[in-house]
Amino acid sequence: MQDTYYNPDDLNKFGAIKDFQPDLAKKFFDWYGDVFKAGALTQREKALIALAVAHAVQCPYCIDAYTVDSIEKGADEAQMMEAVHVSAAIRGGATLVHGVQMMNKAKEILM
Amino acid sequence: MNIPDTSAKGSLKSRNHQLSDSFLQLKVLNGGDTDKVRFPEFSERMKQAGLWPLKPVALEIFQMNLGKMCNQTCRHCHVDAGPDRKEIMSRQTMDRCLEILATHPVSTVDLTGGAPEMNPHFRWLVEQLSGLGKKIIVRCNLTIILANKKYHDLPDFFARHGVEVVSSLPFYQASRTDSQRGKGVFETSIKALQLLNQAGYGQEHSGLTLNLVYNPAGAFLPAAQPSLEAEFKHQLSNQYGIVFNRLYTITNMPISRFLDYLLESGNYEAYMQKLVTAFNPIAAKGVMCRNTLSIGWDGYLYDCDFNQMLQLGVESTAPQHINEFNPEFLLLRSIVLNQHCYGCTAGAGSSCGGETA
Repeated sequence: MQDTYYNPDDLNKFGAIKDFQPDLAKKFFDWYGDVFKAGALTQREKALIALAVAHAVQCPYCIDAYTVDSIEKGADEAQMMEAVHVSAAIRGGATLVHGVQMMNKAKEILM
Repeated sequence: MNIPDTSAKGSLKSRNHQLSDSFLQLKVLNGGDTDKVRFPEFSERMKQAGLWPLKPVALEIFQMNLGKMCNQTCRHCHVDAGPDRKEIMSRQTMDRCLEILATHPVSTVDLTGGAPEMNPHFRWLVEQLSGLGKKIIVRCNLTIILANKKYHDLPDFFARHGVEVVSSLPFYQASRTDSQRGKGVFETSIKALQLLNQAGYGQEHSGLTLNLVYNPAGAFLPAAQPSLEAEFKHQLSNQYGIVFNRLYTITNMPISRFLDYLLESGNYEAYMQKLVTAFNPIAAKGVMCRNTLSIGWDGYLYDCDFNQMLQLGVESTAPQHINEFNPEFLLLRSIVLNQHCYGCTAGAGSSCGGETA
């Protein structure tokens, strides 16, 4: 067993997931590649969405990968931080909107 | 944002930095330092791609490096140019080049440096080349136009001779441009671009071409050229009213001052790995060394400006100096390759004219 759960070098070994299940890995990587091609959204917009989601799912590999990708695609520092704020706002909002459920239940049982 | 004044650092040579020795640069690139990862040999990758030995296809671009003297000291400079560098092309070497160009059908002469305009024979050379009817490209760093009163009329001079201007602008924001090229460079570059626009450059139907160069301001690769070009056009037009023709995306070569930056910042191995992983056989097929000959300030011949800075002359069986120029023999040579060549073959490829794939 390794000393830590995360190792930065493992990001470069992502493709090795095919070793245990090649067919599904191929389907995943083909689809993944298509997702990030320019389409209705630009590649820079997709990189910034991925960066925001990476923070929401708190994946350190994805944060590294999509920080680099966002910069390569021409995003600036302010745009990247705004993307992180969008992620944080949705996470915060998702918690707070459940407050309405809490209020509903509280009102239901309180005199 | 705190922008470092990189120009204060000076060239590697002025600092007696060990990387000012091209032999040591090649040693690092070839894994000679025991603590560095050894990457697959570039020539092996070219063999696998069916591109070894790599041969020229034609001589279309005659690229003259007029010297290492420059008014800037950019952090990524592969020439290690700067105000302290005194190596510049002599009138005698230019004369020899002009003799060749008068009889050889090469279509394009690409003038680079340093800041080529700082060579005292620059204007004379452009006038002679113009008289020969060659397409002339000048790699102008923009700030030179405003560096001294004697350069203020350069946009009009370029326009009179129909010179194509190619200029570096790493980003459409000051912070990234200045972090690579020196404090205040962005602001001066914008003024210079406006002067070039006033002289007709980049304007529709003017016939005066202004192309910009995007170099990543750090240890990362450029995005696709068309999307960055669209973004640059949108931003520069909206914010500063600037127009230009094409944006060339050029990958930073892991040599000279950029190699120093990579090693100092701890990015060397990850950057090289990125270049190696992104090797693209289609980009490799279109590399610029196949149709370009690079002439050093002292008249020696190279396959490209990067090889020139690494002092990797053309293959020893080919003519070595402009005084021995022989186009038939030069076309028979094999192009000299080394590990830095991964910089030209990564992703969509990179050349003095942008993407190659």
